[in-house]
Amino acid sequence: MAAHGDHGHVTPLKQYYAVFLALMVLTAITTWVAFQDLGFLNNVVALGIAGIKATMVILIFMHVRHSTRVIPVVVLSSLFWLALLLVVTWTDYYSRGWLGVVGR
Amino acid sequence: MSHEGEAVVGLHHQFDTTLQQKEAASFGMWLFLVTEALFFGGLFCAYTIYRWSYPESFTAASRTLNIQLGTFNTAVLIGSSLTMALAVRAAQLGKNKLCALLLALTILLGAVFLGVKAKEYADKFEHHHVPGPTFHFEGEGASHAQMYFCLYFAMTGLHAFHMIIGAGLLTFVIVQALRNKYSPSNYNFVEGVGLYWHFVDLVWIFLFPLLYLIGRHH
Amino acid sequence: MKPETTIAGQPASAVAGPPLPVGYARRNYINAKYGAKSWLLTLDHKRIAILYLLSVTFFFALGGLMAVLIRLELATPEGDLFQPDVYNRLFTMHGVMMVFFFLIPAIPGVLGNFLIPIMIGARDLAFPRLNLASWYIYNVGAVMAFWAMLHGGVDTGWTFYTPLSSIYSNTYVVVTAVGIFINGFSSILTGINFIVTIHKMRAPGMTWFRLPLFVWAHYATSLIMVLGTPVIAITVLLVGAERLLHIGIFDPRLGGDPVLFQHLFWFYSHPAVYIMILPAMGVISELVAAFARKPIFGYAFVAFSSVAIAVLGFLVWGHHMFVAGQSIYSGVVFSVLSMLVAVPSAIKVFNWTATLYKGSVSWDTPMLYALGFIGLFTIGGLTGVMLATLGIDAHVHDTYFIIAHFHYIMVGGAIMGYLGGMHYWWPKITGRLYPAFWSKLSALTVFIGFNVTFFPQFLLGYMGMPRRYHSYPPEFQVLNVMSSAGATILAFGYLLPLLYFVWSMRWGPRASANPWGAAGLEWQTTSPPPTDNFHARPVVTTPPYDYPEPAPSEEEVPVVA
Repeated sequence: MAAHGDHGHVTPLKQYYAVFLALMVLTAITTWVAFQDLGFLNNVVALGIAGIKATMVILIFMHVRHSTRVIPVVVLSSLFWLALLLVVTWTDYYSRGWLGVVGR
Repeated sequence: MSHEGEAVVGLHHQFDTTLQQKEAASFGMWLFLVTEALFFGGLFCAYTIYRWSYPESFTAASRTLNIQLGTFNTAVLIGSSLTMALAVRAAQLGKNKLCALLLALTILLGAVFLGVKAKEYADKFEHHHVPGPTFHFEGEGASHAQMYFCLYFAMTGLHAFHMIIGAGLLTFVIVQALRNKYSPSNYNFVEGVGLYWHFVDLVWIFLFPLLYLIGRHH
Repeated sequence: MKPETTIAGQPASAVAGPPLPVGYARRNYINAKYGAKSWLLTLDHKRIAILYLLSVTFFFALGGLMAVLIRLELATPEGDLFQPDVYNRLFTMHGVMMVFFFLIPAIPGVLGNFLIPIMIGARDLAFPRLNLASWYIYNVGAVMAFWAMLHGGVDTGWTFYTPLSSIYSNTYVVVTAVGIFINGFSSILTGINFIVTIHKMRAPGMTWFRLPLFVWAHYATSLIMVLGTPVIAITVLLVGAERLLHIGIFDPRLGGDPVLFQHLFWFYSHPAVYIMILPAMGVISELVAAFARKPIFGYAFVAFSSVAIAVLGFLVWGHHMFVAGQSIYSGVVFSVLSMLVAVPSAIKVFNWTATLYKGSVSWDTPMLYALGFIGLFTIGGLTGVMLATLGIDAHVHDTYFIIAHFHYIMVGGAIMGYLGGMHYWWPKITGRLYPAFWSKLSALTVFIGFNVTFFPQFLLGYMGMPRRYHSYPPEFQVLNVMSSAGATILAFGYLLPLLYFVWSMRWGPRASANPWGAAGLEWQTTSPPPTDNFHARPVVTTPPYDYPEPAPSEEEVPVVA
């Protein structure tokens, strides 16, 4: 016997359209900001906006906002592991030459 | 109450309830997406190292990409994500015909994306920006432009390949929907394909600024 | 259990022939359906485990054949048996076959697949079709690598370092790389299946802290499979792309860095060694508890240490690259982290040992393997801490010291864990018992053969004999001959189980439900189990390893004046 909750949360159409609109606007902003000279901040803004777009897709389009507790753990873990791969590899390249040994 | 017969149909024998089956399917798909994130992650790692090492080359090379096409493609993919989300919702509500229509729209938008990509690749081919013996890049201080293009083709190529697989999955789901397979207690597969398609969109959300928007303000 | 009926519910009097042991099931998953199709298209996790057993045994034999040829060559100082580039192909295929097609899939594919649903009280894994797909995918990848081997193989070492693998090698790098790539999916699907199953399919009352440690170990292993495998997948794909499409991510001529390949390769391949050892550690926890008839000492610590090993294992990959060209600062960081990862492993060894203390120890074959594991893994692990020390590693990197270290863990550890597990659960899997004398002899032979093979290699490496060389200075010959002789003994030790296990399938005495008198859900169903694992859904009310308290010895009984 299927309980009401078995069918999962049905997202209202308005939410989907709102997210779609927001994603389009943010895309336009990203492209526009790319042509402004913010120095180093250009990268920060571009990736920051990408992060916001990604969060909306994950929470609303991919239903994580109404999922069981384990799913956000899965999502955050994958981001954490990705960060691990990137950051620890970067430390090698960034720190070459720090200890004054030739070539290392 | 009359759901009882329905609930047993489509319930695989290893599960006790449809809720357990649904949650397991969703969990399994998310774990697969984790592997996809780490898969692309290796490329992002290489990208960050080389962009940090060769900033002028990356800037010069990135500026040869068509930003209008890139922005347009980003919008197209976001649109396909909307139609995909709506299609999953339709399946969830048992509206199989609507689901099939929305999935067809999703494939159409995906095809537009791939068509634009093909045009961009053709442009790169014409300008001799394809890595290999024919590579040639005009530009000062751009001695490592070829590395940018290696990453460009690897990352967008892998992304496009995932979209093609996605289109295949979507086609399968359309066929199932046209056979009225989906209902409130049986739409896990549509949800799974939806998650996969949204993931492919997520990858592009990051590829776009990283590949197209380097140093455009100069 | 009434003596008049078997667990399968059939009255004993209805069964023809000599009385069967209580809990042996005439009708079970093995004979539920007949025919090749019923095996090759099965969705039963137990049958899939048997399929895996056949595949991994075959590829283990192939890898073993390579080892035999290597040790034959190394019995004499001159490179007189093989040309140098042929020798390169031998050790490469030995590594590829053993790592990717035996050590990674064996315990999870055979014992994990068979036991996890039963141990948690489920009817099957969460995704039986993915499980079958996982086996087929394994075979596709393995056959590709085998094909490459038959056509001359690869000469880059199993580590595929660039630019040799990506630019200069003239061997079947792409075919082998694709085979490994495809095999990675097998690993990933198994990992996904195990994680979802353990989260979602536990029987009523089976809380996380009532799970057998075997399950915890496989959970941790599955985390690594899911998080790590994709990175080697993209890495070998990029090597192939460089060879075929000129996408030169690692090409120095384009400004690429071969050390980046090593970062990406080892990001997976170091955690991969934990994929290879964690399941074996899970087996050992089960064996020690069963044959000391005691709950594992510090259950929670052992459970958490499995997860800690999985997590920490991702932070240490640079210790393979101390002399490769990464920054010394990175080297220092990786060195410290590598010492840290030894801690949870050490916790396990202490806890297993503490379990033995005041336990009721019996010397059955599985226990012999478990004790061998504890000793040999400790030696391998301690030498690992030595290697984590930058100064020592700079001296012994790329020597036989490294080879000895990892073979102590992989062969003295993982393979002995696998064999111990096979000997422990064989009665459950097949419903047959094997001869105790021959099995104990094989355990002893393996232990002796192993040490004679690999201990000399520590000495050789420390004295400077490089790895992956087919010739060496004559002063190293004595130890090399010892090593090759040991390999012969070891091979004999591995052959014996093959013979008596097969013998037991036809002539071995039938097993009862619980021939070892062990705790755990798998021992509460018939040997072999029915297709749905249990005749009635288990409800769990007891803690794991629920052995009765040992009777106090005379000295402990307080004297009441």
